[in-house]
Amino acid sequence: MTLLSRRSVLAGLAAGSALSLAPMRFASAQSAAPIKLGFQVHRTGIGASYGRWYERVANAAATRMNDMGGINGRPVELVFEDDGTDPKRGAEVVDKLVSQHGVDLIFGSLFSHVVIGSAPRAGELKVPYLPCSEGYHVASGMLNRWCLQPGISDVRSQVTAMAPWVMQNLGKKVTMVFPDYAFGHDHRDYFSEAVAAQGGEVIAKIGIPPTETSFTRYFPQIPAETEVLYHVMVGPSVLTFVKELGEFYGAGSGPQIFGFIDSLEGVDLASPGLEFLEGSHFWEGHCRHKQPDAPAWEADYRAAVGVDDNGASLADPKDVATYAHMFSVWETLSTIKKGMEAAGYQSTADRQKFVEAVEAMTSFDAGLDHVQGAKVFNGKTHQVFSTQFISKVEAGKLTRVHTTSIEESLYPDAVDYTAQSF
Amino acid sequence: MKALGLHLGVLLTLALAGLLLPDYHQGMLTRVLVMAVFATGYNLAFGYTGLLSLGHALHFSAGMMAAGLAMRDGMAPEAALPLGALAGTVSAALTGILALRTKGVSFMIVTLMFAQAFYLTLLYFGAFTGGDEGFPLPGSARQMFGLDLTQPGPRFTVALLLFGIALLVQAALVRGRFGRSMVAIRENEERSRMLGYNPFTIKLTALTLSGLYAGVAGAAYGLLFGYVGAGFGTTQYSILPMLYVLLGGAGTTLGPLLGAGLMAWLIDAASSLTEASLAIIGAVLIALVVFAPKGILGTIRERGAKWLP
Repeated sequence: MTLLSRRSVLAGLAAGSALSLAPMRFASAQSAAPIKLGFQVHRTGIGASYGRWYERVANAAATRMNDMGGINGRPVELVFEDDGTDPKRGAEVVDKLVSQHGVDLIFGSLFSHVVIGSAPRAGELKVPYLPCSEGYHVASGMLNRWCLQPGISDVRSQVTAMAPWVMQNLGKKVTMVFPDYAFGHDHRDYFSEAVAAQGGEVIAKIGIPPTETSFTRYFPQIPAETEVLYHVMVGPSVLTFVKELGEFYGAGSGPQIFGFIDSLEGVDLASPGLEFLEGSHFWEGHCRHKQPDAPAWEADYRAAVGVDDNGASLADPKDVATYAHMFSVWETLSTIKKGMEAAGYQSTADRQKFVEAVEAMTSFDAGLDHVQGAKVFNGKTHQVFSTQFISKVEAGKLTRVHTTSIEESLYPDAVDYTAQSF
Repeated sequence: MKALGLHLGVLLTLALAGLLLPDYHQGMLTRVLVMAVFATGYNLAFGYTGLLSLGHALHFSAGMMAAGLAMRDGMAPEAALPLGALAGTVSAALTGILALRTKGVSFMIVTLMFAQAFYLTLLYFGAFTGGDEGFPLPGSARQMFGLDLTQPGPRFTVALLLFGIALLVQAALVRGRFGRSMVAIRENEERSRMLGYNPFTIKLTALTLSGLYAGVAGAAYGLLFGYVGAGFGTTQYSILPMLYVLLGGAGTTLGPLLGAGLMAWLIDAASSLTEASLAIIGAVLIALVVFAPKGILGTIRERGAKWLP
């Protein structure tokens, strides 16, 4: 029988303990590594004014999250990539964020065509994709199981919720002016439907091609008997649109004007030529001007994202935020945290668990995590529903005059993503 | 012989690159190959025949829409891809018959207008075409000849195959009689007319072939990457193949591939570096116009490698 030498026993013990400790070291190194969240940002292209603010909000939300201890005790790191507000580049950016940067998931895209162009690639890569858009593309069933929109309600629910108030308070004969492409068509179709359900009528639908830079020639098409003029416009020429609308009506009496704040998102209400908007109404996803009855967390949110009580940058009062939409980025990050913690998310192998955890959610309470207000989440359609605000322009400021209920914004499910395979 | 060797060598290198590159760059290369098919077709019209079209987005998006809409209605990709090719060919032939009545700047404007009209038509019938939002093609529909096109390997293989055919057909064409008559038109249309050629027929044929390439590329892009949208019909997609060809070298067989590849990696690198990525790309293009107006391969050919195809 050969006795083991002291030296070999010590060597064996050392190797054994090294081996037994190695996985623990690895595990702890892995759990301390940051969670990387990819952000598809519209830094250039038609969505740049939104993208700038979305990026600021995302950074502010991540800072807050890290101050609170991160997600599952791990710090959050954001990786931004510019998609040029282009669907082709959008899909490439999804590739880049996942394959090059190794992100855990992707969020933040706003413009519908970028979302729809990127979603197939996210599905192929099996990466959770959480747009902060308004389009009725998630809930319509157009995308796939990896796409979720827990941060903002869609256009269909927004217009469905507001139509009753518009009918009861502004008038029943409506003329709609909208951009003549999909986003505008959602407004046209679902608002018309909701108006008809209220006994009203859309008497004219004026679609404006996206290449248009001057709008004067469209306004004479507005019928004289119009009681409510409903307008929504997006893109770089929104200010021109609203100014020309004002020139058309002059100081004389016109119909009641109801607009989507999209027509003025990122634009200073005090801009010359917008005086005619005094007394008109707007939909707002989140009130730009701080309301007297604002909840306690509103001031903290504004401070965190660098916005003053007028909805402009603290650094430059002329730099007006895309306030009615950008809360979606903040809230989406809150839901990502909840979803990852509920799923016990450790690595990219747990991506499916994350999607299932979010699907299991049903509601979000109002608070600093969900600054816009309480929400109902539909796990089957992957879409969130919220209250909507109607504000009136008074002394150059937007004052909230009505808040719709979440119930008013609901509509029948068009898809059950949970029935689809991963 | 030297030229054939070069082409086969390039295709072999691309195949090896597809095997060896990391996932992200393999995906980029796949996109570059499809865009290079588009640019190779553009090269036939612009590089070899001198037709500066600003409307090739029309043929690209016609191919993409035809294939995409047909697939949405249940057509198999094996049939949808040729349908896209047909759509690109027909759109180029029809617009060519009218646009080729003009020359030079007028030709540019007429082709631009046709493309813009088609783009706005796609938006106008948004309920059917999906408009600017477009629509995704589900993975289950993207299966061709037993290949799962949602997977990177098969996707790269199909893109390489299409580019290989596009390149070799172009190379054979431009070395043949018809190719030389195209160049003759580019160099001196009146003289070729005097020699008994019919410039209109030759230009229309070149433009139609170019449309065929664009249609294939558009249909393949939708099929391989699963998204179809009117956004591919914007002016940007008329300008891109022109830039690829100018960068790589107009009238060289490999210029379109080189241009598409350089531009893709340049955009990728620049957008990681700075928000003003377009300024960097602009500066590169200006430098190109100043120092190498014939593009990279065009300049190399001019400075010694006369054999370069």
